[in-house]
Amino acid sequence: MTSISLPADTAAAAPRSHPKPSLPRRVFANAAVRTGSVLLCLMVVLAVAAPWLYTIDPNAMDPANSHLSPGAHAEFTTLAGDSFQRFFPMGTDSMGRDIWSRTAYGARISLSVGLAVALGSIALGMLVGMVAGYFRRLDGTIMRVMDGVMAIPGILFAIVLVAVWRPSLWTVILAIVVPETPRVARLVRSVVLSVREEPYVEAAIALDTPAWKLMLRHILPNTVAPLIVQGTFVCAAAMLAEAVMSFLGIGLPSDVPTWGNIMSEGRAYFTSHPSTVLLPGAFLAATVLAVNMLGDGLRDALDPKFNKRGS
Amino acid sequence: MARTPFSTPRPAAGSPCLAVRDLCIDLPQGADRPHAVRGVSFDVMPGQVVCLLGESGSGKSVIAQAVMGLLPDSLKPSGGHIEVLGENVLAADAARLRAWRGARMAMVFQEPMTALNPVMRCGAQVDEMLAEHTALGAAERRQKVLAIFARVKLPEPERIYDAYPHQLSGGQRQRIVIAIALILRPALLICDEPTTALDVTTQAEILSLIREMQQENGTAVLFITHDFGVVADIADHVVVLQLGRQVESGPKDDVLRRPKEPYTRMLLDAVPRLEPASRPPVADAPPLLDARGVTKTYRSGSWPGKRRTVHAATDVSLQLRAGETVGIVGESGSGKSTVARCIARLIEPTGGEVWVPHLEAQHAPRARLSAFRRMVQVVFQDPNRSLNPRRTVGQSIIEGPVNFGLSPEKAWQRAEELMDLVRLKPEVLHRYPSEFSGGQRQRLCIARALACEPQVLIADEAVSALDVSVQDQILKLLAEIQQRLSIGILFITHDLRVASQICDRLIVMHKGRIVEQGTARDVLLSPREAYTRSLLAAAPGQGYAFGQG
Repeated sequence: MTSISLPADTAAAAPRSHPKPSLPRRVFANAAVRTGSVLLCLMVVLAVAAPWLYTIDPNAMDPANSHLSPGAHAEFTTLAGDSFQRFFPMGTDSMGRDIWSRTAYGARISLSVGLAVALGSIALGMLVGMVAGYFRRLDGTIMRVMDGVMAIPGILFAIVLVAVWRPSLWTVILAIVVPETPRVARLVRSVVLSVREEPYVEAAIALDTPAWKLMLRHILPNTVAPLIVQGTFVCAAAMLAEAVMSFLGIGLPSDVPTWGNIMSEGRAYFTSHPSTVLLPGAFLAATVLAVNMLGDGLRDALDPKFNKRGS
Repeated sequence: MARTPFSTPRPAAGSPCLAVRDLCIDLPQGADRPHAVRGVSFDVMPGQVVCLLGESGSGKSVIAQAVMGLLPDSLKPSGGHIEVLGENVLAADAARLRAWRGARMAMVFQEPMTALNPVMRCGAQVDEMLAEHTALGAAERRQKVLAIFARVKLPEPERIYDAYPHQLSGGQRQRIVIAIALILRPALLICDEPTTALDVTTQAEILSLIREMQQENGTAVLFITHDFGVVADIADHVVVLQLGRQVESGPKDDVLRRPKEPYTRMLLDAVPRLEPASRPPVADAPPLLDARGVTKTYRSGSWPGKRRTVHAATDVSLQLRAGETVGIVGESGSGKSTVARCIARLIEPTGGEVWVPHLEAQHAPRARLSAFRRMVQVVFQDPNRSLNPRRTVGQSIIEGPVNFGLSPEKAWQRAEELMDLVRLKPEVLHRYPSEFSGGQRQRLCIARALACEPQVLIADEAVSALDVSVQDQILKLLAEIQQRLSIGILFITHDLRVASQICDRLIVMHKGRIVEQGTARDVLLSPREAYTRSLLAAAPGQGYAFGQG
């Protein structure tokens, strides 16, 4: 038989699998993603719109009105001498500063630290992991250095940084990015290692595709889904770390309203005025929970294995 | 759970061990067809081997799962019934099914490594069956396990009892799985592609073992396979399935020699013959590709651990001329793929040289490698994984030409012309790989390789993952492309039948070395080496004249 009798491919490429719902729809079908993102959106609104949400200057103090209970009414006199009637939804601290205003402005610090650390450690970790996974000669050396970085306790590293430089937002971010980077690098490296064995990557090598194109086109797109998930966890961890550092006094200066600083100041009076610690703590817990729920949900929605189990 | 007595029920004389009647199993909504299986009926009598034969997606594994009561929740039986020893499996609850599995019906799976628990000793995995289903004491159970290890011809049963699955070879692992299946002497044994993952010589041993055990115990066997050679060797009765429907059934010789249905005939025509096909003679010309003494050695482990050296390929030399197809055949681990990848420069050989006569003018190593890659292209085994799922097939196909300096517009034009060569429409270039079937994807992979206008095509098990009818199409396509473009093809395969159909010359490899080489006719019809003879002897379905009654 010499003639080729291929079936006429008119039906070629008729979609074989049933149409899947689009990715955003699939992601938002997940209850954890929805709850997490709604909660997180509220926090973002709180941070962005802090000046319009019934707040006053977070650093305005009136020693006469220290330790007001949540829900108290009082006449507030600033140090400049202006005075006005105010309702204090969350009370005041030991220096007579409005805790609600400090908490609302504190959301800015927490969220920006979380976002900056997530972006920073992903960018750095991706570069390191990519190089380690693709260039086998460098792999051993780079990953041992990463192991070394992982062995340094994060708080200790932060104390050293603060001792060397002045405490500032950038010091805090750097102090958290560095210990988080190895985790991202390991993740990226493992994806690169497994994807570079895929036949389509080998085919691209056989097609003489240069290394950078190979990375951008064929390998890195596979890291996007795990990195989004990892990013959310890094973000949550960073917000907690920032609060811990502020609480220990090695974070931002104590006059900057951060949730950690508010709790730190309230610590001494915890037995008599627990709300000074508990209320900002509740905001921190809710934000971390929201980010973690988002991450968990995204992992379930983006991981093909979880998908199969679900449907 | 109540323990059933050790003796399992036997079917009454003359009644079938397994009866499947009008079985209908629905697929979930939105699948490509409404039923996984529809209107399938057959009987398996005691001592009989019934083969379910069909291409991928024909529903044969679904039937096996249904008989074992192991259907996934998404598949619901909607009609008919399955009776094992006269009792309906579809109506049984989970506890009864658990008691029946192993005792009445047992299953042997395709991949023995995943069918066994990797962290449990082999003996314990067989012992579990006895502990669960019988009231025997530990010492008695051990005796029984050792006895069955000896019966399935495992060497040193005592040592294997304490071994973990990863310490055994593939064939030995499959023997353990068979021992687990047979220890309770089930009336029905279901084998789901039990030899597909094994080498051809091991496959022959496992098939004869299954046959032997079945005759010894009078077990009824439901055997699932896509391999016609295996069917010819083992079946008494054959049921042919297509897309979940029963096409034809009957005694083996009726179906395989005198098929009534066109579909069966089409499948049988597609089965490659073991006799070498006659091919046009190759013009005597200087070789396109000249590999001399290619050697690849892997070293693993480093100080202070033990160092291990693996000789994946040793001193392999071959030449390929224009218009010629050279086959490299061998079992897994013979080094045939290593040689192919060394020649394609996907891995660097430890020793030896790959010469391409008219590339020597280039001097910069980088430019030479680039020119070499343009000349030598590869088609891989698994078409599902060799196209990037995130890129349209058009983007994948023009990648090579663009890398070699063609403008994207020109490359796209060439891709559209190539679609004609591989019998696809140019519009499909805008689609993603997931929208194609396996055979279509392999044609796209061939198009991608041809887009660089290579002179040498390396096909590394390029048809091994395809169904027999698709395999036939791809082989014919390759032969036609070779005639038109007069390229040299290096064809790596473990399947002697495929090799005999497409190759001019054959190279037999074993343990990294060339055992024998010569024209396809000489190697297949009058092999000189003992290893080649054993390889040929193990090929299933020897001398069975398919479709010739």
